Amino acid sequence: MTLVILTTDALLFLLVIGIISFGIYAARREHLRAPWRHVVRSSIAVAALIICSSYLIIGLLDSIHLRTSPTATQVVSVFDLWCDSLRTRDEKTYSAPFATHALAKETVMQADGTVMRVYPRLQYGGAHLIDPVHDRNSDILRTALLGMIQGLFAWTLVVLAVIQLFAWHSRQPFNTALTAVWRGDTDIPWRTAFITCAALFIVGFISAELSQHYHILGTDKVGGDVFYQSLKGIRTGLVIGTLTTLVMLPAAIVLGIMAGYFRGWVDDVIQYLYTTLSSIPGVLLIAAAILMLQTYMTNHAEDFNSLVERADLRLLFLCLILGITSWTGLCRLLRGETLKLRQADYVQAALSLGVRHSTILSRHILPNVLPLVMITLVLDFSGLVLAEAVLSYVNIGVDPTMHSWGNMINSARLELAREPIVWWSLTAAFLFMFILVLAANLFADVVRDAFDPRMSNRR
Amino acid sequence: MTTPLLAIENLFAVQNLSIHFERHAQPPIAVVSGVDLHLQRGETLALLGESGCGKSLTALALMRLLPPAARISGGRVQLEATNLLALPEAQMRQVRGGRLAMIFQEPQTSLNPVLTIGAQIAEAVRLHAKPADRQPARVTRRVLQLLDSVGISAPARRMRDYPHQLSGGMKQRVMIAMALAGDPQVLIADEPTTALDVTIQAQVLQLIKDLQRDTGLAVLLITHDLGVVAETADRLAVMYAGQLVEVADCAQFFAAPAHPYSRKLLASVPTAAQRHGKLAAIPGRVPPLDQVSGGCRFAERCFAVQPRCQSTVPNWQQVQNAQQVRCHLWQNGAVDWTRWDTAPPASVVTTPPVAEITPPAHLLEVIDLKVHFPIQRGLFKRTVGAVRAVDGVNLTLAAGETLALVGESGCGKTTVGKAILQLERPTGGQVRYAGVELTQLRGEALRQQRRALQIVFQDPFAAMNPRLLVEDIVGEGLQALGIEPQRARRRQRVTELLDLVGIDATALQRYPHEFSGGQRQRICIARALAVMPQVLICDEPTSALDVSVQAQILNLLKELQQQLGISYLFITHNLAVVSYLAQRVAVMYLGRIVELGMAAEVLTAPRHPYTQALLSAVPVIDPSARRQPVRLSGDLPSPITPPSGCHFHPRCPLARPQCAQMEPPVVAVSATQQVRCFAVQWSNHCVKPANDAK
Amino acid sequence: MTAYLIRRIWQALPILIGVNVLTFMLFFVLNSPDDMARMQLGDKRVTQTAIDNWKAEHGYHLPLLYNASASGIETVTDTIFFQKSAKLFVFDFGLSDSGRDIGYDISQRLWPSFAIAAPSLVIGLMVNISLALLIVLFRATVIDLMSVAVLVVLLSISGLFYIIAGQFVMGKLLHLVPISGYDTGLNAIKFLVLPILIGVVAGIGSGVRLYRTFFLEEIERDYVRTARAKGVHEWVVLFRHVFRNALIPILTGVVAILPLLFMGALLTESFFGIPGLGSYTLDAINRQDFAIVRSMVFLGAVLYIVGLILTDISYTIADPRIRLANS
Repeated sequence: MTLVILTTDALLFLLVIGIISFGIYAARREHLRAPWRHVVRSSIAVAALIICSSYLIIGLLDSIHLRTSPTATQVVSVFDLWCDSLRTRDEKTYSAPFATHALAKETVMQADGTVMRVYPRLQYGGAHLIDPVHDRNSDILRTALLGMIQGLFAWTLVVLAVIQLFAWHSRQPFNTALTAVWRGDTDIPWRTAFITCAALFIVGFISAELSQHYHILGTDKVGGDVFYQSLKGIRTGLVIGTLTTLVMLPAAIVLGIMAGYFRGWVDDVIQYLYTTLSSIPGVLLIAAAILMLQTYMTNHAEDFNSLVERADLRLLFLCLILGITSWTGLCRLLRGETLKLRQADYVQAALSLGVRHSTILSRHILPNVLPLVMITLVLDFSGLVLAEAVLSYVNIGVDPTMHSWGNMINSARLELAREPIVWWSLTAAFLFMFILVLAANLFADVVRDAFDPRMSNRR
Repeated sequence: MTTPLLAIENLFAVQNLSIHFERHAQPPIAVVSGVDLHLQRGETLALLGESGCGKSLTALALMRLLPPAARISGGRVQLEATNLLALPEAQMRQVRGGRLAMIFQEPQTSLNPVLTIGAQIAEAVRLHAKPADRQPARVTRRVLQLLDSVGISAPARRMRDYPHQLSGGMKQRVMIAMALAGDPQVLIADEPTTALDVTIQAQVLQLIKDLQRDTGLAVLLITHDLGVVAETADRLAVMYAGQLVEVADCAQFFAAPAHPYSRKLLASVPTAAQRHGKLAAIPGRVPPLDQVSGGCRFAERCFAVQPRCQSTVPNWQQVQNAQQVRCHLWQNGAVDWTRWDTAPPASVVTTPPVAEITPPAHLLEVIDLKVHFPIQRGLFKRTVGAVRAVDGVNLTLAAGETLALVGESGCGKTTVGKAILQLERPTGGQVRYAGVELTQLRGEALRQQRRALQIVFQDPFAAMNPRLLVEDIVGEGLQALGIEPQRARRRQRVTELLDLVGIDATALQRYPHEFSGGQRQRICIARALAVMPQVLICDEPTSALDVSVQAQILNLLKELQQQLGISYLFITHNLAVVSYLAQRVAVMYLGRIVELGMAAEVLTAPRHPYTQALLSAVPVIDPSARRQPVRLSGDLPSPITPPSGCHFHPRCPLARPQCAQMEPPVVAVSATQQVRCFAVQWSNHCVKPANDAK
Repeated sequence: MTAYLIRRIWQALPILIGVNVLTFMLFFVLNSPDDMARMQLGDKRVTQTAIDNWKAEHGYHLPLLYNASASGIETVTDTIFFQKSAKLFVFDFGLSDSGRDIGYDISQRLWPSFAIAAPSLVIGLMVNISLALLIVLFRATVIDLMSVAVLVVLLSISGLFYIIAGQFVMGKLLHLVPISGYDTGLNAIKFLVLPILIGVVAGIGSGVRLYRTFFLEEIERDYVRTARAKGVHEWVVLFRHVFRNALIPILTGVVAILPLLFMGALLTESFFGIPGLGSYTLDAINRQDFAIVRSMVFLGAVLYIVGLILTDISYTIADPRIRLANS
């Protein structure tokens, strides 16, 4: 087993490390802490944050890649190993959620040589049942109940541990802390957090139990498990949503601040640059760039070690080009803000005290535009997750071999017209995407309210 | 209709009005408690108070226009026989803008920018006209008549203008015209002139007075300006922390204020008479309204506080027939104030400031300073014109002296300050500090010169980076110029500086938002003083502060000057502050200095017609000190296309054809006083000093 | 106004030059014409002669920027840059890689695209503004809260879902409209209804939420208080005073919607089989037809700038401060 570090993996973990170290830095500074305190005291934000974190955990597990043996060409992630059963138990073709038989009839040669058209049993889905027609429902119920009990048990352990920590932190007896949490009179809405966790744990454990024996979201055309594909789509969505903004962030900040602060010809050049870029409709720019990348990759196929690496590079490139199209907005915003800040009395005072430009930029301008950057980062996330789906749908998104919600929708685009209708791939992709985007949107709203001074004045 | 409860002669009466703010998951805050007011026909009642005392909320409550979070908790508002608080909303709309009208503080933002002023007035006319009068022709006639009655010339042309085409004073006139559209009986004027310059303020106040005389309008004037009260109101009510503390006739009040707060407030207004002493500042700050407890709300800051003030809420006490006060002192009849008139503090008995005795040695010299801002158009940034913000200013500043630079908004006085500091690069002219020509310096050389000249800004809320600790803010200059590169030494020095301006050392590790306006301004002064400047440019340092806090800052500035011997260039529009603080005064009009001289000369015997008009427009408390009004017509012209010759000639009462053709020369009328006006040379038309009342 | 227009068009020129140079670099610097030929011919072991033939056929045999073998003006004009990029300025798009006249194709497909985009934009604006005003009228009530919650849910749903679900429900289940296709003249309407409806519905979430904040921002301004102090009814305050002022940021925001229209065109046109520019581009992407994609990038920028200027003009009409400064 050797570790394989893909570029996006590295960047993703770099981002996580960055966020954690910023958190440690901010914890000691009141003005940075205050807005976040506002965020974690909102029950909506806490619930959304917990849901996003569960996505994040899966995404991160899916970002540690391994090569199982030195000779193997296949690269798998820790997440793949964890869900090995899901990954490997492919059926022949379509099957409905919880089905024990295939969706379409097949010609089967009986033992006596006669030929019959039957719905064949699935190789894995419900294979442990002797009489599927009779036993299936009760088996599902029993397994779900088992999952629920496991989930509740795990949840209770976690909740008790957290309340113990909370009691220890706020120096009150365990029982008092428990009552406070139960009644919902804690600063941080622990009760909401625990309820959200309960829902997550129960759903998680039930699906884990059930997916051992069934294809809980059915299988696709080539018999792949849809539940597994949906889970794999998480990483792609996360990478696009976070790295895109991050990749272009340095450029946007540096150019935006420089244009606003130095004005004159610097401003003219930077303004020209972003006006030109933003006047090309994003989709077309992305289409052109991806087309060029495809050409390059086809002609230089020998440069890539594996399909995974190639897909990963395309993903990174997509982030980059998406970044270029969204970068202009942030740059314009920062330029405007810097123009205003430059005229602020405290910047004028610093100038008259003989403070150097570099110091003014780092001490006065940058910290005061960071909230704007933060808001943009969070607000852009959900839009980018949605954009990934659209782009993959029109074949200018991630590599077709990569698991993503867009690719799922793309390959299932005609399934609604089939008879019998195959709805589960589409539904699964939309549902997974919807939950993430909704949680991210709700969280972003609270973050914006907390950081935008105009918003906070209004309440 | 309900039967009137109050005496019939009251046109408008407010009884026991209380307002609170709803808060999320917290008990509501009472922001206004138990306000009683009454108004008669043709009368002006002033509601006086400092910022945040609840006076504007009271006004909005009378109109039932409170913001969503604020609620009326109780009381009664009676307009003739109608109880306004009990009216259904539909009927209240008839009253609003009909019998009861209101004008607001900010004429700049109070008019709808996308509708013509004619349309906006017509809307008000139509709402309150009889159905027969709602024909377009009649409405237009009424609009014209209203515009005419508020003194807007060429109303037929003006009614098609949009608000941005009018000046601030004109907009306030339009606001008044709109308020008059429904023939109101009562006009609520919420700080109607605070955003306007003094000469415009005088015009607007005069207009309200004239209208009152013609129509018998009753006016509730909400203001923080004691001078405005003295000149316009018949009676006044003083508000403090959400409560009325004194109600009186104006004459009685200004002769003998009864509440300790009123007394201190009146004493904290700077005047020339106090220039060698200390102003009476009120210590501390207004208590936050969610922390007021039983007892008198002023007790914390009162010089005459007694044990019962902390525990018992004072009741109303009769002082004279029309004067009532909410204070325990008056419980046993008349109060002898001399008990608290202790000997003045030691620091007050000082020698007169340096510059009045020593011959001035020029520390700072400004010669023919020009700052033009180019106006650029089009792709290739063609320069199509220039805003001549500063157009040839000459100034000198001696060591240890205070020179006041006075002028109305838009005259370029702030730009002069910034150009001296090289924050705005001058287009022409020279700025010499101790013989060094600053306009030629660049980069590092300029940075090294910076410590000599520092600035204090108008708005202490905007002058500090909200993300830095006070220690880093005050220490910024020490670090930047390498004066105290070591952190520990710098902290020591910052502590000393904070002590100098009267701020506790605990402030070091706090953020600016934790301080009040006055405290912040002290911190800003400490920051400027950190690099030991010789010249401090004070750009309206007190105009964002309440009178009582202003007095604290003025006292501090005066003390610092005596201790450190620094010079001040004091930029202000407030002539009262000038008379208290400055040795010399320069009066600026449209980018030029029109008169310069010793404070005593310029303020008592002004020679330029503009200075005379400016001085006469300032509202004064003492009736005997009032000047013959010299009312200026029109507004300040645009600095893009200033009038030819003397910039002042289109508004000047003495203008002759000559004034439009040539720039007047600078004429010395005494050893220290210079005037830029032809009129001083016209022998038989010598400009009379305007204060012939004296 | 004419002078203003001329000035605006004049200002757009350097931007178009920038776009042109950028596309040229994107298409010819990263990959050589040889790479393109290989891609088009689809075989890795294709011979160099086949490549050269293909290049000559499609005009890619010329040098990129400077033709040393030509003389006079042709050193510059007989280049790929001049033939393939600079000519775009006079809307001479040349031939596609499959040999069709791009200019003709575009002129045929412009109209169907417009027939979807313009109604989607206008109806969308009207619907969004009306809904936002309605919500603002009930501000700070349960209705407001519920509406905002619904809006957040709506805007969290992928645009693809609206298209797929819309087609499924309206076309397949209810048989109200044809599922896809296009016709000429008035017959086109029945094919256009569904794409336009979906375009409008998909935009409600983000649009109404944005406009609601615009209206709320306006409603706190001083002039609104003045209007109320005149005794104006709350409805009139909203529709006469607040609406007129909020129109200014709304119109500015339309610029931000324009690129979304392109995105929408790409999706809806290909999904509903409408022969517009969007499906044209998509087909070109799938066939890897570089010439068409290149032309569309430039044309997209031109259309965007035209939209920008149109927005500016409408903006000018809404705001007297700008109108009077321009005239």
